[in-house]
Amino acid sequence: MARMKFLCDAERCIECNGCVTACKNENEVPWGVNRRRVVTINDGVVGAEKSISVACMHCSDAPCMAVCPVDCFYRTDDGVVLHDKDLCIGCGYCFYACPFGAPQFPQAGAFGLRGKMDKCTFCAGGPEPDRSEAEFKKYGRNRLSEGKLPACAEMCSTKALLGGDGDVISDIYRERVARRGNKGAEAWGWGSAYGQPPKGKS
Amino acid sequence: MMRGLMLLGAALFAAGCMEVEQTSGASAKTPGLSVKRDTPAWNNEPLAHGPKWIKGDRASWEGEIKNRQLTQNEDHRINP
Repeated sequence: MARMKFLCDAERCIECNGCVTACKNENEVPWGVNRRRVVTINDGVVGAEKSISVACMHCSDAPCMAVCPVDCFYRTDDGVVLHDKDLCIGCGYCFYACPFGAPQFPQAGAFGLRGKMDKCTFCAGGPEPDRSEAEFKKYGRNRLSEGKLPACAEMCSTKALLGGDGDVISDIYRERVARRGNKGAEAWGWGSAYGQPPKGKS
Repeated sequence: MMRGLMLLGAALFAAGCMEVEQTSGASAKTPGLSVKRDTPAWNNEPLAHGPKWIKGDRASWEGEIKNRQLTQNEDHRINP
């Protein structure tokens, strides 16, 4: 059984924001809502700067689900955490509970009035009929129902952001790390991120 | 007097901006109300131009998705 997850390789992320743009374009996310964003630490410090792309991590034991007073969250058979906007009351408890800041609230009126919660759906839409206009308007595109992976992961140019079944993407990452070698904290740069060239080649 | 009425009018006008559509806020924990059941991805017809699986067959859909996931491993794409 698949457990859909995201995995971001901090050695490879170049802070291009391609994933953010892909998400916004694919799901026609309104202004002020960022389902995905790139976080950078030690910005500008050579060798210490690291970036990571963050969105809903589709937790196996999701705190947002636990705190929601109207139980609008549910988990699909693939392990994707989704919510029903017809039930959401926009209270914001999920925002306080989420360690990743994934839940977003669009401005729904004057004076900063909040609308219903919006978050990454792993490009799996919502409870409306799959590929329907209602689903697209409320939740964005349903790529999983088309046999595709989330647009952010598929668009990532350096393949820093991996999306899919936790077992499969962690295998890809593990193989990548083994190729880099065990260098520890000093590992950074092109050779580290993409592995060393095979012996005999420059 | 006039100024007071104008202020009251402005306050009422501004309060009107707060009017937003209110849908049922009843709790899903209330009997009879719950989230709508989502259709599993594999119960959809594959698109004409895209990955193919047998509708309703979870294993074939998962196989297609797994192939898609493995294309994220560029080491294998470059050195097959």
